[in-house]
Amino acid sequence: MSLNILQVENNHIFKQVHAPVIQVNELTRKFGSYTAVDRVSLVVRERDIFGFLGPNGSGKTTLIRMLCGILRPTSGEAKVMGYDVVYESEEVKKSIGYMSQQFSLYSDLTVLENINFYARIYGIPRRQRKERIDEVINIVEIKPYLNQLSGSLSGGWKQRLALACALVHNPKLLFLDEPTAGIDPVARRDLWNLLFDLSARGTTFFVTTHYMDEAERCSHLGYIYFSKLIAYGSPEELKKMPQVMPEGYVRYELRIDRLTEAMRELLKMPFVKDATMFSDVIHIHIQQGSEEELQHSIAKKGFFVESLRLVPPTLEDVFVTLTRSFGK
Amino acid sequence: MFQGFFAIVYKETRHIVRDPRSLFLMLVIPSIELTIFGFAVNLDIKNIKTGLLNQDKRVESRNLVDQFVNSGYFDIVEIFNNEEEMATAMRRGIVRVGIHIPPYYTDRVLKNEHVDIQILIDGSDSTVAMQALNVSNAIGLRASIKMLSKTKSLPSQFPIDMRPRVLFNPDMRTANFMIPGLCGVILQVVIMLLTSFAIVREKEQRTLEQLVVTPVSRFGLMLGKLVPFLGVGICETASVLFLMRFLFQVPIAGSVLLLAFFAGIFLFTTLGMGLLVSTFAQNQIQALQISFLILLPSFLLSGFMFPQETMPKVIYWFGQMVPATYFIRILRGIILRNAGFWDLWHNGAILGAMGIIILFVASFRFHKTIG
Repeated sequence: MSLNILQVENNHIFKQVHAPVIQVNELTRKFGSYTAVDRVSLVVRERDIFGFLGPNGSGKTTLIRMLCGILRPTSGEAKVMGYDVVYESEEVKKSIGYMSQQFSLYSDLTVLENINFYARIYGIPRRQRKERIDEVINIVEIKPYLNQLSGSLSGGWKQRLALACALVHNPKLLFLDEPTAGIDPVARRDLWNLLFDLSARGTTFFVTTHYMDEAERCSHLGYIYFSKLIAYGSPEELKKMPQVMPEGYVRYELRIDRLTEAMRELLKMPFVKDATMFSDVIHIHIQQGSEEELQHSIAKKGFFVESLRLVPPTLEDVFVTLTRSFGK
Repeated sequence: MFQGFFAIVYKETRHIVRDPRSLFLMLVIPSIELTIFGFAVNLDIKNIKTGLLNQDKRVESRNLVDQFVNSGYFDIVEIFNNEEEMATAMRRGIVRVGIHIPPYYTDRVLKNEHVDIQILIDGSDSTVAMQALNVSNAIGLRASIKMLSKTKSLPSQFPIDMRPRVLFNPDMRTANFMIPGLCGVILQVVIMLLTSFAIVREKEQRTLEQLVVTPVSRFGLMLGKLVPFLGVGICETASVLFLMRFLFQVPIAGSVLLLAFFAGIFLFTTLGMGLLVSTFAQNQIQALQISFLILLPSFLLSGFMFPQETMPKVIYWFGQMVPATYFIRILRGIILRNAGFWDLWHNGAILGAMGIIILFVASFRFHKTIG
């Protein structure tokens, strides 16, 4: 199969065209009769921060495992850093870094010992090892903890250590599987700033996450649902997708009392296409020009509207809408 | 006061039913083990492997041999032509008892004269030795009384005099017999557990997940894990043997170098077993459970506690599948009987072959599990 067709199709998505570092074409993995990844195709280019989203069990980790060369695809093909993930998996492993969901370093080894171990595993020559280790220590700023047992570090520092180990062989592409799951908000922000730094220096990222604010920070996104890639593009492009913002519809943020009841009533109104509840507001999709009718209907039902304002869709809107329409 | 009792009982029952592997270990394994080991646990020693050097070969001597065989305690497995052959077979552990009937036996018996029968007994197994000693004395006594009943004069000594000579462990010290075997069993268990734990821990703590995405080769990973434990195993063997020699005062009759050589083969096999266990277990508790399945046969079927001769054939063959069996034979051979390389090489060869097969299967399974 040719990867060219795919690139042509998606060319309009990418404004600055860098060389592709991940090319996936119709990649499928089955476990018995269950299809974990179903004909997924995508391209990740140099310096992208590619956010890969989807509910748990939708096939995110399976896809990453295939791209890292540790799980054979059932069909389709993928190239990572120019190497085939099946036939050149050892080359793939040498040129990528990987950070898994849970802390998976040796908790009974010190921070320095862990970094040193991975430097050796990746076969960094003895002469460059010291220098390279110092470099990654500076990048993740873990110097004060070098001689501490890694098991005793806090969540955020554990992730920094894991990042240091994944970076020690200077990979141009990093896979991060939910790097911020379970760490506090400050550490989360710090880690992302670190990723931006690295991205600016030329590293490409393939990141999975459940956090929408993290997704907003990515340069490109893919959304996998029930093993299929159902959305793919930059955050702005996704928000402009016709399924999310149909022609002739607008999105309002409605601040209202008795949210649950209001939600039920809103969905009954003929000009409301969709409504999604957030913690204290409702986002509604209504036909352009039906604003007055809306306010009128709400007042008739006896609700008190605190505010109503036009908003662009958020990524959460995008994924909620896509998930719903996919279900139908 | 009993609030929640039934809830807990309900929940706990669910746990047990949900985990069929543990249920199997709880219900089936004890029954199987009791059946196998029940047959093995037997200190009433019969069928002692016996060699015969009959330099007489006439009717009277054959009658005497029949008495040994009919007692049920001796099983004649070898016929020797001279004393050297008998000595070699004793040293190799092929026979535990050697009966030496002199050429003039029939003549003396017919003349009602006094005659000595030499009984060589391998003292390295003190239980077997004691039994052989008692039974052969009794046989001598009976034969003498039978003869005496035909004569009128009472001689100053019994006409048929069994002259037992306990070889290798003349004091029949239990320690000399038990401690070398104990060394073998302990080493096998500890090294196997350590090795399997070290590998299973990587699965349990998910560090293997990080390791497989690196360019580390499968063989590099496997051998890299085993080599440090080979070092640990060597130190352990040395310290265990040191304690045996100097704390428990068990003299080493044979070559320490030869002992080290065979111990190396044994360590290789044991490390392989540890690796094999680790490919079946998902966590350290399972590794421990599986190791227990190997632990009991090592104690009960290897000849460490109970002589393998007495076991029923099926159980005996179970015992032959335990690596500790061969290492214990080697240990006792070198330490007690001053056995040399050619006396024991077949034990070493079987041990080595087992090691190669185990390591082959283990590495095959290991490759599959980390992939």
